[in-house]
Amino acid sequence: MAPGSPPSTQERGWLAGLGRMARTTAFKLSAFYLLIFALFSGIILGYIAWNTRRLLDAQITETIETEINALAEQYRQGGLRRLVAVIERRGRQSGSFLYLLIDSRGDAMTGNAILRVPVQSVSPGWSEMRYNWPDEADDIARRAKVRTFILPSGLRLFVGRDLEEQDRLQITIRRARGISLLLVLLMGGFGAWFVTKRVLKRVEGVATTSTAIMAGNLSERLPVTNTNDEFDRLALHLNAMLDRIGELMTGLRDLSDNVAHDLRTPLTRLRNGAEDALRKAETLEDARAALERAIEESDNLLRIFDALQMIARAESGNLATSLKPQKLEEIVSSLAELYEPLAEEAGLTFETRIGTDLLANANRELIGQALSNLFDNALKYGVKPEGGGGSLIVTAEKSGGQIRIAVADRGEGIPEDKRAAVVERFVRLDASRAKPGLGLGLSLVAAVARLHGGELRLEDNAPGLRAVLVLPEAVGSAGRSLAQGLALPEKEA
Amino acid sequence: MKILVVEDDPEAGRYLARALNEAGHVADLAADGEVGLEMAMAGSYDVLVVDRMLPKRDGLSLIMALRAEKRTTPVLILSALGQVDDRVLGLRAGGDDYLTKPYAFTECLARVEALARRQNPQSAQLTYKVGDLELDRLAHRVSRAGEDIPLQPREFRLLEYLMRHAGQVVTRTMLLENVWDYHFDPQTNVIDVHVSRLRSKIERKGHATLLHTIRGAGYMIRDPGR
Repeated sequence: MAPGSPPSTQERGWLAGLGRMARTTAFKLSAFYLLIFALFSGIILGYIAWNTRRLLDAQITETIETEINALAEQYRQGGLRRLVAVIERRGRQSGSFLYLLIDSRGDAMTGNAILRVPVQSVSPGWSEMRYNWPDEADDIARRAKVRTFILPSGLRLFVGRDLEEQDRLQITIRRARGISLLLVLLMGGFGAWFVTKRVLKRVEGVATTSTAIMAGNLSERLPVTNTNDEFDRLALHLNAMLDRIGELMTGLRDLSDNVAHDLRTPLTRLRNGAEDALRKAETLEDARAALERAIEESDNLLRIFDALQMIARAESGNLATSLKPQKLEEIVSSLAELYEPLAEEAGLTFETRIGTDLLANANRELIGQALSNLFDNALKYGVKPEGGGGSLIVTAEKSGGQIRIAVADRGEGIPEDKRAAVVERFVRLDASRAKPGLGLGLSLVAAVARLHGGELRLEDNAPGLRAVLVLPEAVGSAGRSLAQGLALPEKEA
Repeated sequence: MKILVVEDDPEAGRYLARALNEAGHVADLAADGEVGLEMAMAGSYDVLVVDRMLPKRDGLSLIMALRAEKRTTPVLILSALGQVDDRVLGLRAGGDDYLTKPYAFTECLARVEALARRQNPQSAQLTYKVGDLELDRLAHRVSRAGEDIPLQPREFRLLEYLMRHAGQVVTRTMLLENVWDYHFDPQTNVIDVHVSRLRSKIERKGHATLLHTIRGAGYMIRDPGR
């Protein structure tokens, strides 16, 4: 590719694919392991080579020593003549040592090798030197390990061993090292490519699905392969999240439909009233009365708004950060005290049984509002059907890590098959339609309960209704630290 | 008293200022946060009524800037955000009271007047006296025409709050907030029942009525002699 010319699209695509692959965690990890593995095999093979060489060297030294001992024995027994004869005989054998005996002038007396060193100046002891056999061309220089002796008569004796074998082994090992490294790199590279491709494929599946979801197809779910690997677990979690989002969306849609319907009714009343007054009101008093009704009607609308907003806030979990350890008995007592006169006014006997140490992570306002709704309901519907009387019993107790706050009345109760429905927004039982109300009270209580990780249970008080707010208990300091973890950072005033 | 209304909606602002003027106060109007802060720093207002969402400088930042300059003028925050946490944020920023839009003007007026009174050091007295009704905060005693009236602790706090704001209208939500410390809107007339119980204890036949119901607004305890 000429410098400066842009890469073709195909090249670019290929390169981009490779680049994307190289950026994945799987690829980086594989490459890292590959590097480590290659490094280790290199070190191990190097160690083997070094050790082998050392071993061979020791072996050669030993054989030369043995040979020299044998020669020395011959020399001792038969003098120089015997030594020369032995050297000549042995030098002719194949694979023999190399020998050279020179006199004090440097002329060879006997031997089978030509040493390519200044033979007269070689000092006694071990050395490595070049040599060649007499029948070989001059330019072949072999390596040998040689021991030099100076005999009493000024003669020098060289006894050596060829190093070719050792060199060959060295070369073999070096080649093995290269090949194994190449193999490791090749196989490792292939492995990395395979793993990365697999991971990329899974990730791309997730990306495709999320694109589809973003495009509006909320029923799409991430593929699960049943291999129960980390991708499956992730996909299951994300799918559960999508399910929850779907539920919320459905809830929201239902809510907006309900809101549209239930706000239209009072808005229509408001408008009709104003129109009616405009047409018919003749005196100032008529007009005033109509305006007062209009204000009342709009207050009612605002209350619906507030309640809906509060439910939405509680359900979205936004307020979860405002939960702090609270003594629920204090909240229950203060509300019971707030409502007691009202209950007595309504002709109900009022009774409280409130336990102690009812510690929970709670939002005081929301719990207060929820209890207030339960009291309102009990006062509204809890009067005995056969003309007055009845009782209102408030209990708060803890058992098995749960705090149960119950408001029980002796009214008509709620039929079992309607209990789930009344918690829904804007649902009012036919029997209650005549009484003022929004149909949002219990929905708010349920939303508050859910926000606190609890639930609202509607039970039969035989006769009457017992509404139970079940909340998880905060356990001692653990609960406190949890709440602190959740709480917003307090700003110093 | 002098009141500064900082509100960007011209209609709502004019309405509030006019209504405050009609109630016997002098109300100035600022249309954005910067102008509002300038006027608040320059003028000597008894109470500020500040909308939370304002152009140029939002209400909370206005209040914080004011407090940073050691101005202690009481502030009533008006906001369309009425949820629990919004209120907490508003009060933490240095607001003194919080009113959710839309509001009844009587509610707003009652709160503005209560705030101005709070600023008055005389308001935190040890004893209150309205007509022949006396309340001793230290001894926790209430008496009418020298005759002791036993009250429940909550009734005592209710009366204390009413007497501290004697001559002023106190709304039901103000009572729920200040006596019970809850900020929600009860659907039923819980407060009325408590007030009527208190009334039955402190009113005497043959004596002047002290605790009055102000229709469409709330309650007021008032010295009949004044």
